[in-house]
Amino acid sequence: MSTATASFQPKPSLPPPAATVGVVGWLRANLFSSWANAALTLLALYVLWKVIPPAIDWLITNAIWTGESTSDCKNPDETRKGGACWIYVQAWIPGYIYGLYPYDLRWRIDLAGVLSVLIMAPLFFKKMPYRATYGMIAIILVPIVAALLFNGWYDFAPSDPRASSHPWRTVETSKWGGMSLTLLIAWVGIGASLPIGIVLALGRRSKMPIVSALCVGFIELWRGVPLITVLFMSSVMLPLFLPEGVNFDKLMRALIGVTLFSAAYLAEVVRGGLQAIPRGQFEAASALGLNYPKSMALIVLPQALKIVIPGIVNSFIGLFKDTTLVAVIGMFDFLGAIQLGNADPKWLGYAVEGYVFAAILYFICCFSMSRYSLALERKLQTGHKR
Amino acid sequence: MKKLTVLAAGAALAIFASGTAMAQQTLAQVKQRGQVICGVSQSLPGFANPDAQGNWAGFDVDMCKSVAAAIFGDTKRVKYVPTTARERFTALQSGEVDFLARNTTWTMSRDTQLGFDFVGINFYDGQGFMVRKDLNVKNAKQLAGAAVCTQTGTTTELNVADFFRSNKMDYKVVAFEKNDEVLAAYDSGRCDVFTTDRSGLAADRTKLKDPNAHIILPDVISKEPLGPLVRHGDNNWGDIIRWAFFAMVNAEELGITAANVDQMLNSPNPEIKRLLGKEGDFGKMLGLENNWAYNVIKMVGNYAESYERNVGTKTPIGLERGVNALWTAGGLQYAPPVR
Amino acid sequence: MAVQIRGGAAPPSVAVWNDPRARAIFFQAMALVLVIAFGWYIFHNTYTNLEKRGIASGFAYLNSTAGFGIIMHLIPYSEESSYGRAMLVGLLNTLVVAAIGVVFATVLGFIIGIARLSRNWLIARIAYVYIEVIRNIPLLLQIFFWYQLLGKSLPGPRQSFNILDIAFLNNRGLYVPAPVFEEGFWEIPVGFVIACVASYFIHRWARKRQELTGQQFPIFLTTLGLIVAIPFIAAIITGMPLHWEIPALRGFNFQGGMVLIPEFVSLLFALIIYTAAFIGEIVRSGIMAISHGQTEASYALGLRPGPTLRLVIIPQAMRVIIPPLTSQYLNLTKNSSLATAIAYPDLVAVFSGTVLNQTGQAVECMAITMGVYLTISLLTSMFMNWFNAKVALKER
Repeated sequence: MSTATASFQPKPSLPPPAATVGVVGWLRANLFSSWANAALTLLALYVLWKVIPPAIDWLITNAIWTGESTSDCKNPDETRKGGACWIYVQAWIPGYIYGLYPYDLRWRIDLAGVLSVLIMAPLFFKKMPYRATYGMIAIILVPIVAALLFNGWYDFAPSDPRASSHPWRTVETSKWGGMSLTLLIAWVGIGASLPIGIVLALGRRSKMPIVSALCVGFIELWRGVPLITVLFMSSVMLPLFLPEGVNFDKLMRALIGVTLFSAAYLAEVVRGGLQAIPRGQFEAASALGLNYPKSMALIVLPQALKIVIPGIVNSFIGLFKDTTLVAVIGMFDFLGAIQLGNADPKWLGYAVEGYVFAAILYFICCFSMSRYSLALERKLQTGHKR
Repeated sequence: MKKLTVLAAGAALAIFASGTAMAQQTLAQVKQRGQVICGVSQSLPGFANPDAQGNWAGFDVDMCKSVAAAIFGDTKRVKYVPTTARERFTALQSGEVDFLARNTTWTMSRDTQLGFDFVGINFYDGQGFMVRKDLNVKNAKQLAGAAVCTQTGTTTELNVADFFRSNKMDYKVVAFEKNDEVLAAYDSGRCDVFTTDRSGLAADRTKLKDPNAHIILPDVISKEPLGPLVRHGDNNWGDIIRWAFFAMVNAEELGITAANVDQMLNSPNPEIKRLLGKEGDFGKMLGLENNWAYNVIKMVGNYAESYERNVGTKTPIGLERGVNALWTAGGLQYAPPVR
Repeated sequence: MAVQIRGGAAPPSVAVWNDPRARAIFFQAMALVLVIAFGWYIFHNTYTNLEKRGIASGFAYLNSTAGFGIIMHLIPYSEESSYGRAMLVGLLNTLVVAAIGVVFATVLGFIIGIARLSRNWLIARIAYVYIEVIRNIPLLLQIFFWYQLLGKSLPGPRQSFNILDIAFLNNRGLYVPAPVFEEGFWEIPVGFVIACVASYFIHRWARKRQELTGQQFPIFLTTLGLIVAIPFIAAIITGMPLHWEIPALRGFNFQGGMVLIPEFVSLLFALIIYTAAFIGEIVRSGIMAISHGQTEASYALGLRPGPTLRLVIIPQAMRVIIPPLTSQYLNLTKNSSLATAIAYPDLVAVFSGTVLNQTGQAVECMAITMGVYLTISLLTSMFMNWFNAKVALKER
């Protein structure tokens, strides 16, 4: 008997065929798995080759980046023919941001931007106490602060010399414009419509038939009509609805329209959150002797609103895109400012550049916000799983 | 929390709402408010156009200024509210503006159905056509089959329909919401013809890529009496706008200008004396100071001065006086006497 | 102090203001009163405002002559027509752009949604980039962009692109031949209807036969053959009662034929491309919602990937897809109102634009416009709910 046992030594497994690993393997699996797929891939490659190089040429390589006026774009040297004229966009960037706001007061808009960021900043710290409450207050506080800064404090008589020099003089809303106005409208729209939306959502879920019917009617009315008609209504009909002598500014009327419209959509978002709360939570709240307002404010809404935060962010993105419609009723939001620039006699004929720039900027804003909302959604979902 | 909400709502209202009672007496409110609210075009060079600083200038703007001068003796006391063609009538009806000086055509239905009063005609205009020179079109009768760009909701849109219909010509109308869009579409070649009031054509031509490549056809296809308008029912207020305008026309007729109005105060001519408030109580009749017309002429100038400064031949708009000359010079501008 | 002890069985007598039912009635009454008061307040203000300033009101204006031209009308319309007819023209223009848009957006959306899940990495990436880029750019901007691009890249009428001498493309639109119907033309559509009815019965019969015997019948080819052949035969028998009117350059523009104006094309383009991105996402999530076991089971039954998708996955995914799809259709219809920004004469541009301006009757015009959209919305939701109920899983 020998103590040594012959142990079974399997041969090492063969490496996978060369065609299934590495770059070749990946290509075969993902691009050329069948004849049809290979054909599709080649077709797609051909299309990309036809689209992307000319686009890059137009956007970057052949584009005119430096210069003073249209003449620099009209006579490019032979090698850079058919490129975009970015000088126009550069010249108009202040207009795109501030619209027609007086030059010497633009720091007020900058200040509004900085303050908004500061107010919102604590929300990004996870350990902040009362984060949700603070968030709700911040959403409502930011547009008020911003609107006050945009508007200014002192309304001097036109004859007063300070009416054209004082740093805190009022600025008419017809001069507000550009990206700053777009952000303001979107934010006011969300801030003002959130409370209304919550009330409507609660009303719709209410067991009182008349209350819920009224809320359903309101929500469906605004969801059933296009925003543009709402804006037209607020600009031409609203003045007739008010008693004699009461007038709202044009911007205020647009804001009312935007708010009513987005309140109806937010109500549906919030309703989704309310429906996700298990019945037990309502019952437990009643069992503890909480009345309706208390059980809603302390038990149900905090949970429901937490779930719908991504939905609210998505509504904000939607509203941010929809504010472009105020350009149609003659206000100079970001798109309106782009159009103002396109009609500038000094820069006629470069509208496509203006629109492409606007598209890139809108894309960057909306895409990053939607990524953020997606990340938020994932985080909140794991928090809810048991 | 509740207080905060109330505060916020209050702040929002304070920013945007101007809650003065408007009742019957527009003049009383204007005086109390300290400024006239004047509805003007959004941007029409020569008539109403803001510069980069937001200062308004133009022929219609001068109308606003002369009213402020007559009431306050101060042309800065005007708040300009730019309105689109769609909003202008509601803005006046609802009291958002005190009056409109917005190259608006006086028509019967607007005077009756919409509840307005036109107080005068400060610019006699007519609708015309602008085309590219290289089309070799000499008059409007050659436009059969053309694509026509125009602004929606204006008398222009109706006139062009009437013109082509009565001449039994076919046409395609492309109607845009905003004037700038009409112009951009015409410039890009969407239409063969751009039509609006001839003064507007002249103004808009300056905004084209190459103004010299376009001509305005000689045909005038409509009457476009443009003038300021007020709400129906407050006659005193209408009188003030009307006479602020007539003061400018009378001043031209009497040879009074912004430069010589101070010497004219000593003129023995009774007509001048009455106009400038040296004789009679004509200002009081309007509810104003007696030097109301003096202020208008001193601060805005007479009709000719305003015309030449804003739209005359020396400006980029380059309009001859034509029918807008005084009646004494063969034109139509004729103001009733101050008596 | 004496403590009263109530009998356990008797219902506790609560004060009226603590009784939930009484409260509910009170709150509802209050809400109703508030809403009615608010409505009356607005009505009263509007009425006084209109009355005081002598502004005309009422709907009589719908019968008066419009006096303006509309560039695109599907029903006969001239300057002598009434405002009411102008509204109808606008409404039809809205509906036609919405209907065509819905069809193409659905097709493109399904292609993109399926491409997004393709095993071909490149195709999936392209679909992903398409969806993200298009969804994140405002529609109005896209409409302006396409309109600008069309206007800038197309030549004037005299340098038109000539397509086989029958169609012409320039910056006034795409001019295509128009069919001119002659006597006896009605037999062709009748043939078409007969073909459709026949196809339906063949379909039913084939299905029954398959259920009974398992034998398949080439339904698709037969149906296609019928639908093409019967109208064609009818046309030959009646001697081709149809000729084409070919557009020709006369004066400034092409005359005759049919024209697709650039406003229509760019609006349609933008609507289709924009909505398709959303539909693509919906289709993707709908397909993802079907458990993978379904695919594996159908493979196990011997179905190839194509039929698996068509017969197993899509029918189940439809239940997830239809509700959000409905709202996309409604969005497309509502978004078509952006036409007003580029002079396409849709309902909003014609009625709450031109007509409102000409008549000054803001309240009536806006009310009618909003009412029409609301009706379209409600009808579409109702139809889609019905359809949804029909395709819903019949659980036993």
